[in-house]
Amino acid sequence: MSDAAHAHDDHGHGHPTGIMRWLTTTNHKDIGSLYLWFALIMLFVAGTMALLIRAELFQPGLQLTNPDFFNQLTTMHGLIMIFGVIMPAFSGFANWQVPLMLGAPDMAFPRMNNWAFWILPVAAFLLMVSFWLPGGAVAGGWTMYPPLFIQGGISYDLTILAVHIMGLSSIMGSINIITTILNMRAPGLTLMKMPLFVWTWLITAYLLIATMPVLAGAVTMLLTDRNFGTHFFNAAGGGDPVMFQHIFWFFAHPEVYILILPAFGIVSQVIPTFARKPLFGYASMVYATASIAILSFIVWAHHMFTVGMPAAAQLFFMFSTMLIAVPTGVKVFNWVATMWKGSMTFETPMLFAIAFVCLFTIGGFSGLVLAIAPVDIQLHDTYYVVAHFHYVLVSGALFSIFAGIYYWLPKWTGHMYNETLGKWHFWLSVIGMNIVFFPMHFLGLAGMPRRIPDYALQFTEFNQIATVGAFIFGFSQLIFLVVVLKTIKGGARASDQVWEGAQGLEWTLPSPAPYHTFETAPVVK
Amino acid sequence: MKGKWQRVGVMGAALAFSQSTLAEYAYNLQTPASQVAQDVFQLHNLIMLVCLGIFVVVFGAMFYSLLKHRKSVGHQAAHFHENTTVEVIWTVIPFVILMGMAYPAAKVVIDMKDTTNPDMTIKITGYQWKWGYDYLNDDISFYSNLATPREQIQGTAEKGEHYLLEVDEPMVVPVGKRVRLLITANDVLHAWWVPALGAKQDAIPGFIRDSWFKADKIGTYRGQCVELCGKDHGFMPIVVEVVSEEDYAAWVAKKKGSAQAAAADNAKTFAIADLVERGEKVYQANCAACHQADGKGLPGVFPAISGSAVATGPIAAHIDIVMNGKPGTAMAAFAGQLSDADIAAVVTYQRNAWDNKMGDLAQPAEIAAARGGAASEAAAPAAQ
Repeated sequence: MSDAAHAHDDHGHGHPTGIMRWLTTTNHKDIGSLYLWFALIMLFVAGTMALLIRAELFQPGLQLTNPDFFNQLTTMHGLIMIFGVIMPAFSGFANWQVPLMLGAPDMAFPRMNNWAFWILPVAAFLLMVSFWLPGGAVAGGWTMYPPLFIQGGISYDLTILAVHIMGLSSIMGSINIITTILNMRAPGLTLMKMPLFVWTWLITAYLLIATMPVLAGAVTMLLTDRNFGTHFFNAAGGGDPVMFQHIFWFFAHPEVYILILPAFGIVSQVIPTFARKPLFGYASMVYATASIAILSFIVWAHHMFTVGMPAAAQLFFMFSTMLIAVPTGVKVFNWVATMWKGSMTFETPMLFAIAFVCLFTIGGFSGLVLAIAPVDIQLHDTYYVVAHFHYVLVSGALFSIFAGIYYWLPKWTGHMYNETLGKWHFWLSVIGMNIVFFPMHFLGLAGMPRRIPDYALQFTEFNQIATVGAFIFGFSQLIFLVVVLKTIKGGARASDQVWEGAQGLEWTLPSPAPYHTFETAPVVK
Repeated sequence: MKGKWQRVGVMGAALAFSQSTLAEYAYNLQTPASQVAQDVFQLHNLIMLVCLGIFVVVFGAMFYSLLKHRKSVGHQAAHFHENTTVEVIWTVIPFVILMGMAYPAAKVVIDMKDTTNPDMTIKITGYQWKWGYDYLNDDISFYSNLATPREQIQGTAEKGEHYLLEVDEPMVVPVGKRVRLLITANDVLHAWWVPALGAKQDAIPGFIRDSWFKADKIGTYRGQCVELCGKDHGFMPIVVEVVSEEDYAAWVAKKKGSAQAAAADNAKTFAIADLVERGEKVYQANCAACHQADGKGLPGVFPAISGSAVATGPIAAHIDIVMNGKPGTAMAAFAGQLSDADIAAVVTYQRNAWDNKMGDLAQPAEIAAARGGAASEAAAPAAQ
């Protein structure tokens, strides 16, 4: 695998420069960076909304917002964090890493790749601009439940359009990833030799292709109900508001795994590297990922235990949901077994990966509590649920993204990040995150509903603690921004291997990885 | 059975102790006041214990490994991986644990869904943003609004003990009776929840779903709407007063008396000043959340009434929009919610308040005419 031959490709030949370089680029590395920058900007946008929400909830009464604006904040925070931060960030990793890990020169469809990214800012613009339109931004919750969603103004139509565009982007991205993985692996790199990150993205891409059209159908029905006199979700016209929930969650439960499977992949790359020991059960990790993906299609109504289902349906969805704990448990056990008797060091990527395993499992336990239908009925739409999904999405998905950035940034930029700042970022994040979200379990148990701008006096103390944590967590992300900018500008030179225990094709390339890589496929034995 | 109750007692005492020592901090579900809530409470404790056990074992191993198997203490990496036996063991053990959880949970599910043989039935309707209660056995109907004054929410007055969890008309039920709830909604989704009674059910417009509870103890139980229903989702609480059988009978008699008084109002003819005075109260309770106390609405979301074409135009069209609402918007149809006298009063108020100086009025008889006046007449204004 001689890569010195690629060194002369360090720069494009006759390619546009400046802004046109980024607008017209078909290079997987450029597009990966675009996705990641987009996600980072959106993280700060939606994070600012979260801080406004927490500031309002610092004490009972209405201080900073009115109830309508508060609902706009919670709705937009959810939509942007899911569709504008976590999903684009994982797409960024896929673009950078899938070709490097497979020994492929680029993605299968480079021009479609360019489109898949560049329609995203359009969607973000449609979402954000509605804050300045009459009636303000969409305020019906990220779940978009009718009939409330039918009542809203022009921003609701813009949101539907934005969701369509983001869905289109995801589908194009997925087609690209699947085609690349199935067709462009280096000779000798069989499916069961692929790095786990590639495996998790392959399965995620199938989930996206299966479920994004379902979401598109659901929001199209909302659009026609709103504007063209149809009654899909209007009981007075023979429709059913609950039907929307069934369709929506048939999309949105697999979506939950779309947001976490690539995280599993990243963590499965990071832990063996810093434990200096191969992943304990590679094959069972692949099977567990596939099992989770398949089960994700038969559990959707556990989001709807309170709509009033027959007992048989409740039991079915309760049992199927509990089953997900089995493959998820297998994953956690495998990560722990990988660490066991390793020779561990604790650089920032490893710290985030360990925090992921531990805190994601807490989110998994609260998920198990919520799977128990009678308990879920008590806790549904309370802060307990808010605590649960933030444990899996912040200390799960987001922490894995941080782990991945610290892990691969030296390969991408050719510079080592500042380890001290990285550790500061880690410790402040992990402490802040727990101060925000752990008390929310207690708030939910005590009976505080979610999505309320004001609350009864007995919820005050835990809300104050959560708000303090939110500001610690939020502002410590500025450290991350500084680390990334400093690493791009300079810093200690990274070796090609970067990490002592790293395995895989990307580490055979020079650091930084040249603009074009693997023009001649390497051979994997 | 007795052993079970003893366990409950011990648990309750432990909970009461932790609450008294830790003042405002509550760490578990609210103290149950019904068998279902009790079952859920125990189920939750059981699952938490199992989770805690697993957590200690798995993360005990992980943290041991983090301490001992690190490069800085000179630990050399082993190279073992792939072991089918181990994989099978840690697939099967969780599966067995889950089966152990599923069995008691299934029993509670089946019990919760069994709404047969009720002692009484109450229909509950969610509105933006209040609850309506119809006692089907006793023929009583009323609405339940947030009673917390606006000044407390805005921070210009001291907040009361039951801030945001107090209503003008609580739901009253007798203790120890199986109460079946028929839950629906008028406009958007809502959800009716009283944690201590263990009853939560989404309210879905156009559909009726049922739930039930049997309160064990006399007392006041508070809950809130738990499905996002628009602007004032956080301001539509639920209060259930569980009373003795005698107190319940007395309450029923009182409610029936006030219903007769309200019916008598519908037959009266009022002076404009009386209608305006009454209308202001009706407006504050039903209209001000959207159209605002100053009648100016919220631009782009809720239209103004002060100076509006409807409130300064023909009175028939004004009455029509109040009674029949505006489909596809948050404007509800109040014909079913307010009495003839109240509708007449609120329309008169709106035409004579703020910038509106119409000087005309509507009498309850006109509302009755619009209401009762055959289907063809009811349809006519809607078609305009």
